[in-house]
Amino acid sequence: MKNFVLKYFDLIRTIIAILIGIAVSVLVIYVISKAPGDSIKYMLIGPFMSRGRFGNWLEVTTPILFGGLAVSIPFQAAQFNIGQEGEIYLGAALGTAFALSFHFPVFMYAVVVLLFAGLIGAGWGYIPGILKAKWKVDELVSSLMLNYVAYFFGLYIINYHFRDKSAGFLVSYELPHAVWLKQFIPGTRIHLGIILALVFAFLVYYFLYHTKLGYEIRMTGFNLHFSKYGGINTFKVIVLSQVIGGFIAGVGGMVEVMGIHHRFNWQMSPGYGWDGIVVAIIGHNHPLLIILASLFLAYLRVGGQVMNLLSDVPSEMVTVIEAIIILLITAEAFLSQWKYRITVREASLKEVSDESTT
Amino acid sequence: MESNIVLSFENIVKVYPNGVVANKGISFDVEKNTIHALVGENGAGKTTLMKILFGIEKPQEGKIIYKGKEVYFKSPLDAIHNGIGMVHQHLMLAPDLTVAENLTLGIEPRKWKIFLDTKKAVDIAKRVSKEFGMEVPLEKRVRDLPIGVRQRVEILKALLRNAELLILDEPTAVLTPQETEVLFKTLFDLKKHGKTIIFISHKLKEVKAIADRVTVIRDGRVIATEDAKKLTEHEIAELMVGREIKFERIPPFPEIGEPLLVVKDLKYKNKENVEVLKGVSFEVKSGEILGVAGVEGNGQTELVEILTGLRQATEGSVVINGEEMLGRTPREIREKGVSHIPEDRMKNGVAETASIKENLISDRYYKKPFSGNIALNWRFINKYTRKLIKQFNVLAKSPDTKVGALSGGNIQKVVVARELSSNPSVIIADQPIRGIDVGSEELVHKLLQKMRDSGCAIFLVSADLDEILKLSTRIIVMYNGEIVARFDNTKGITGKDLGPYMLGVKKEKTI
Repeated sequence: MKNFVLKYFDLIRTIIAILIGIAVSVLVIYVISKAPGDSIKYMLIGPFMSRGRFGNWLEVTTPILFGGLAVSIPFQAAQFNIGQEGEIYLGAALGTAFALSFHFPVFMYAVVVLLFAGLIGAGWGYIPGILKAKWKVDELVSSLMLNYVAYFFGLYIINYHFRDKSAGFLVSYELPHAVWLKQFIPGTRIHLGIILALVFAFLVYYFLYHTKLGYEIRMTGFNLHFSKYGGINTFKVIVLSQVIGGFIAGVGGMVEVMGIHHRFNWQMSPGYGWDGIVVAIIGHNHPLLIILASLFLAYLRVGGQVMNLLSDVPSEMVTVIEAIIILLITAEAFLSQWKYRITVREASLKEVSDESTT
Repeated sequence: MESNIVLSFENIVKVYPNGVVANKGISFDVEKNTIHALVGENGAGKTTLMKILFGIEKPQEGKIIYKGKEVYFKSPLDAIHNGIGMVHQHLMLAPDLTVAENLTLGIEPRKWKIFLDTKKAVDIAKRVSKEFGMEVPLEKRVRDLPIGVRQRVEILKALLRNAELLILDEPTAVLTPQETEVLFKTLFDLKKHGKTIIFISHKLKEVKAIADRVTVIRDGRVIATEDAKKLTEHEIAELMVGREIKFERIPPFPEIGEPLLVVKDLKYKNKENVEVLKGVSFEVKSGEILGVAGVEGNGQTELVEILTGLRQATEGSVVINGEEMLGRTPREIREKGVSHIPEDRMKNGVAETASIKENLISDRYYKKPFSGNIALNWRFINKYTRKLIKQFNVLAKSPDTKVGALSGGNIQKVVVARELSSNPSVIIADQPIRGIDVGSEELVHKLLQKMRDSGCAIFLVSADLDEILKLSTRIIVMYNGEIVARFDNTKGITGKDLGPYMLGVKKEKTI
């Protein structure tokens, strides 16, 4: 019998980190708010207070989940590509441009547009991938820098070539109705994208844990030398993990445009790539856990918005929780003494039982 | 009588964070002015115990009594201040500094409190070196010295810090037989100077040669503490392993066949443009084991990496099973029937955080029936790996156990299970028994012998001369990137015959 705590240590550790994060923000709210009870209530149960807000929760989950999945694949290969923000942005911007420029039969229009956006993201992932594989350029740095290139390039394309001058805002023309993703729950903007995101999560799970390429990616992430020695083409893995991640990010960006806004309106980069990194870390890069982590982060975000709207506490409070959680999860020493003590106790118990059997 | 005992361990218990219990209540005394050997298999807990004494690890339970007082050293520095010195297995010297600078490192004499006083440093170093009669080239850089001399520097370094008690952790593991003799003379001299020495080893010949008393540790417990004279080598060995063992040399296999691995004039220059391999040629035939003796760092690692496709040679030829394979990828070379037991199993041999089954399939996951066109066939893999775990006697609960949770010997069994089950015709075994227990060691050797008898060509690289002598059909010696000696008949050859070649003192003309 293995000790319960040792078996589920990572999970318990994550939950404790979350609880500490929430506890700290509750404390801060008590200090700064005039009506702390209400503020805390809005933050913690806000998303359940109306149908619209409940809808918001799942709407916000969708792009975060895409972001998290896009991050998980390169991260599992130990390729710290953080270019998802740019991939999402550029996938959405060029995807919009593509949808406005070319027309296809209705039954395949949306699919072709999503594929195109995915390919843009994939291409954007290829650049740091090939630079790393060929010349050992640090992918963290190159992908981070490429985010700026993606942002300004996307902005230029939309503002100079596809801008709807009649709209009064800096937005693109409206997408043809054929590519809109159906919003299927009345009173909310929940659209087909959430289902697509869930399908992607299961596909990524299957890909990483049940396919040959997924195995190669995970082994390379565990130990690059071991993979090379065993005959895995690590060059291919380094490039492909970033390309596939980029594809998912590109699709995710375009899904958001096709499902919610129906036109490109991001004058600022929306941050879903960064959120993706957050949920990938909380979910230990496991696609199914990333679903839970995305739901969790989206819930906090919506709760924060409700709190912002109805109380005197700004929604940035939620970022405090996020920061504390990430800090505690990534801090290796957090709770390690506790684990060590249990290990020691378990080990001495085992010694005793060994003694009695021999 | 009480003043006779300088150090006692009382019921030391140590549990590592991964749950391994390294010391399970260790107690014994060390007498003043003796050489006390601490013997036991790899993984028995010797090194852990010494790390506790030296303040590197904290024990969960137990007491250390040093010079009549209960002590607890917070750090190595603390231990040094109390007169304890340790010579580590992997020497801890700054290679770019001179011997004198190394000796005075941390206690360097200064001019006007700021500038290093190199002359005075040399004087100080000269004084100790004279006092203990240990000659070292004070003004040479450490990186230019052979390993035996470096070790002497490390011992002097401890003496300069007034060490009364010296711990030597497997000091002979890296030495040739000739260098070992010099070391032993030094240790005897130190005993005359009133020092106490704890000598960790698992080479029993050496223990018999120099130790006054012996403590045998097995599986974290003290099995016996005795006068060294009272025990024979054989008795110590049996106490160590816990059962009867025999030392033997494996006889050569009579049916030696075609050469399967033919290497011609292999040259390799590294990034710093140093010629690491200077034209190496040899062949290994079916049914034989070619042993490569040599002090580590004379090109063996690079040679093995080139043979297995992990490194690219500058020029030459490597023919495997009749086909030129130089410059091919590791996978192509493996597909040609080559297996590789790597030197550093934690770096190349396994992925610690992956499960046993994931580790066992890393060279064949892409083939049928392990996988189809896209997906892995986990059902088959589970069944298959369970069979391998049983066959190779890996102590693990299930194929899903993480490799990092296994002991060194069992991790090596995972590596060996994978490499020997791929139906190889050429096996490249680099330090196959390094750091594993005697039981696993025996198993690995038996398996290699079995593979040889079934017609494999085995290329064995080892820093352990006993292993080379035990297994090899033929022996070559590498020194400084060259093969300096070839022994086609290993009958009657001993470590002493190989030593001068390993040190580069002797070189055969007929190459």
